Amino acid sequence: MTEASFMIGGEAGQGVQSLGQILSKIFARGGYHVYSDQDYESRVRGGHNFFRIRTKDSEVGAINTSLDMLLALNQESVDLHRNEMVDGGVVIFDKEKAPDLNGDGLFGIPLGELAEKEAGNKITANTVALGACLALIKFDPKTAEILLQETFDRKAGDANVKALHSGYRFAKENFHKDYPITLKDKGKSDMLLLNGNEALALGAIAAGCKFMAAYPMTPASSILEFMAARARDMDLVVIQPEDEIAAINMVVGAAFAGVRALTATSGSGFCLMAEGLGLAGLTETPVVIVDAQRPGPAVGLPTRTEQGDLQFVLSAHHGDFPRAVLAPSTVEEAFYLTVKAFNLAERYQIPMILLSDHLLATSYQTIPEFDFRKVKIDRGELYKTDRDYKPEDYKRHLITKSGISPRAFPGMSEALVVTDSDEHGEDGHLIEDAGMRSNQVEKRLRKYNSLRRDINLNSMYGASRPEISLISWGSTYGAVREAVDILNGDGASVNMLQLSELWPFPSKDVEDSLQKGQKTYVVEGNASGQLARLIRAETGIKVDGLVLKYDGRPFTPNYLVERIKKGAISTW
Amino acid sequence: MVTMHDYTGLEPAWCPGCGNFGILRSINKALVDIGIEPQRVLLVSGIGQAGKLPHYSRGNVFNSLHGRALPVAIGAKLANPELTVIVVGGDGDGYGEGGNHFLHSLRRNHDITYLVHDNQVYGLTKGQASPTSDEGFITKTTPEGASPALNPIALALACGASFVARGFAGDIELLSDLIKQGIQHKGFSYIDILQPCVSFNHRNTFQWYRERVYRLEDESYDPTDKRQVRAKAEEWGERIPVGVIYREERSTFEERQPALKKGPPVRQILDSSRAKEQLQKFR
Repeated sequence: MTEASFMIGGEAGQGVQSLGQILSKIFARGGYHVYSDQDYESRVRGGHNFFRIRTKDSEVGAINTSLDMLLALNQESVDLHRNEMVDGGVVIFDKEKAPDLNGDGLFGIPLGELAEKEAGNKITANTVALGACLALIKFDPKTAEILLQETFDRKAGDANVKALHSGYRFAKENFHKDYPITLKDKGKSDMLLLNGNEALALGAIAAGCKFMAAYPMTPASSILEFMAARARDMDLVVIQPEDEIAAINMVVGAAFAGVRALTATSGSGFCLMAEGLGLAGLTETPVVIVDAQRPGPAVGLPTRTEQGDLQFVLSAHHGDFPRAVLAPSTVEEAFYLTVKAFNLAERYQIPMILLSDHLLATSYQTIPEFDFRKVKIDRGELYKTDRDYKPEDYKRHLITKSGISPRAFPGMSEALVVTDSDEHGEDGHLIEDAGMRSNQVEKRLRKYNSLRRDINLNSMYGASRPEISLISWGSTYGAVREAVDILNGDGASVNMLQLSELWPFPSKDVEDSLQKGQKTYVVEGNASGQLARLIRAETGIKVDGLVLKYDGRPFTPNYLVERIKKGAISTW
Repeated sequence: MVTMHDYTGLEPAWCPGCGNFGILRSINKALVDIGIEPQRVLLVSGIGQAGKLPHYSRGNVFNSLHGRALPVAIGAKLANPELTVIVVGGDGDGYGEGGNHFLHSLRRNHDITYLVHDNQVYGLTKGQASPTSDEGFITKTTPEGASPALNPIALALACGASFVARGFAGDIELLSDLIKQGIQHKGFSYIDILQPCVSFNHRNTFQWYRERVYRLEDESYDPTDKRQVRAKAEEWGERIPVGVIYREERSTFEERQPALKKGPPVRQILDSSRAKEQLQKFR
């Protein structure tokens, strides 16, 4: 099995991210699986950023902390990450920026000088490093050439190709050892390479979303940018309003008028949306809200990852109303669960929350082509004049057994559509009557009876008769899955239970999976064990321990293995 | 043929003699005069006594949260630009809680009509000061007197409004004409309506207004001349101008959306496979 881990390190503004994306794509096109993540500071220039790429012959869902190669665009990156190198690993660095750096595993290249001499522009220095990297792993530079030409305009493309070859040549001529890892271009690939936000936005477009209103906030902004860039071609209305409060209310208005509507934010933007969430709840307006989590509270760590919003999204707003929460585990699932979110929103006329996080939002992953046969648009019960009743008898909030009242859209039929944020009667006009109030509350909550059946089981993976079960949700999936493999490879008997559809909580499935006499540990990226609390509240099961992380950095398989082996698990 | 009967809704629960009755009648009259059926109209409101108005008229109705009527209305208009969208709310709702939405809706020039029932006091919560209460106005929450009032007309102009008018609930003939002009205006039409509150504002009464308001249409006034407009926007006190204060033709938010050139999004057929066109970039 071929596997290698790379890191590109440098300051903000040095092109760390663009080089990382290009290298990821070279591997993807070369037929390798790729998983990459990004670590950056909340600044536009300077600081220290890095982009990690792990590439493999088979599926890969997490980063590995040991590095086979480091492309260091500045000296700081060498200093900070040299200790992460495996034996035989190589650090490619800019000889001009660190002339005194010498030693085993260090390969200095005059990146800037070559860029200037060969490509006529110092800005292509990172492409010189790319060329050297490909030479060491014996990856034919042809794929990179094509990609550089696609990425840049003609002139910049040509310059970058020259830079690429200069680095490639320099490494061939000056790197005298045999680099232990060979990654040959395997030719065609049928995979897609994208990050969680891109998959989610594509899912929204596939689901027939026609309207998006959102206020920029890391790490959700790129969803808004993605949709805005495609507004013209995909016939989308996209608006960046004055704040998140406006965004959620616009989405409610658009959905009421009959289109599929989306908003996306992060935790503190979701705080502002809490008011509008309940408006959607009371007026039974189907909306989809993305909360791409980052560490909180308040501004927290703006460019880092956390899973700290679970309890918040479950209980945000006052009063009782039905909602559903889906938390994609992988880039692929981000696409399909977004489609599902739009369908459930309209089938049950409820607000849907897609709970993502910084890691999923910004990590690139190779995935199989989307299967559009699995994408079905279900708009739920709609009012049809002939079939149901006369337009003058239409009642937006008709009491029904299922709790679902057929939707009509204003202006689209002769029926008048009336709704109110006050408690209302069946006709949508405000009421104060105790009996009708109870009837409407119960009607709304009755939707849970059938909504529950649309919440799918969690995936199970690993040993069939486990001594230990790891329970996780969201983007921790890849790291936990790999940790299960490592632990089982070392002779343990471990499985995992992954929850992607979190609310209404699949209590029965979870009970069945956890009551087999095994030790149960919840693995999640927050400080208080929010999923563990949810499991206890919904099933009565008190798990045996917690593996928590709240430093803003993602779980890695090795970290998990170590924690679990040491039994370093907090209990409460 | 649309008649006043088509716009007769539920029995109002306002105080007898409330200025809201005149506003309700003016809206209904404007819609009848234009000849729009209630089925093509969307009335959006927030919370406050004014927020109840849609229930007392007839049409499609979204009675939203306090301060949030504008964004709800904007979303609905963008989903279906064929709707005639009218937003109603009070001064607390629009200038207090929803102030930020007001500023930016004006700037973006959405093609909707916004009517503010400005009674300079909170009615639903029983008599607290509002953003437009006269300076020194004493209420239970401002025992030392209210802070200087917001000038919503000047604010709207500063925000790039394309249609600004002031009406008076006691002059239905003029007010309904202003609303009609507002609905027919291409872009965001904003009308501040002087509305006496018979229960909680004993200062700015019908009598008080009648002694002060005068119609701009009776003077030689040009609502497209920014210099004259600026002077009128500041006029308050002994004489209060009512009528169209400012009017400008400029592109609407809807006109700037390429997607809307193909018709209302709500009429589009949803086709998943179109997303496939976007996948090439990720191969």
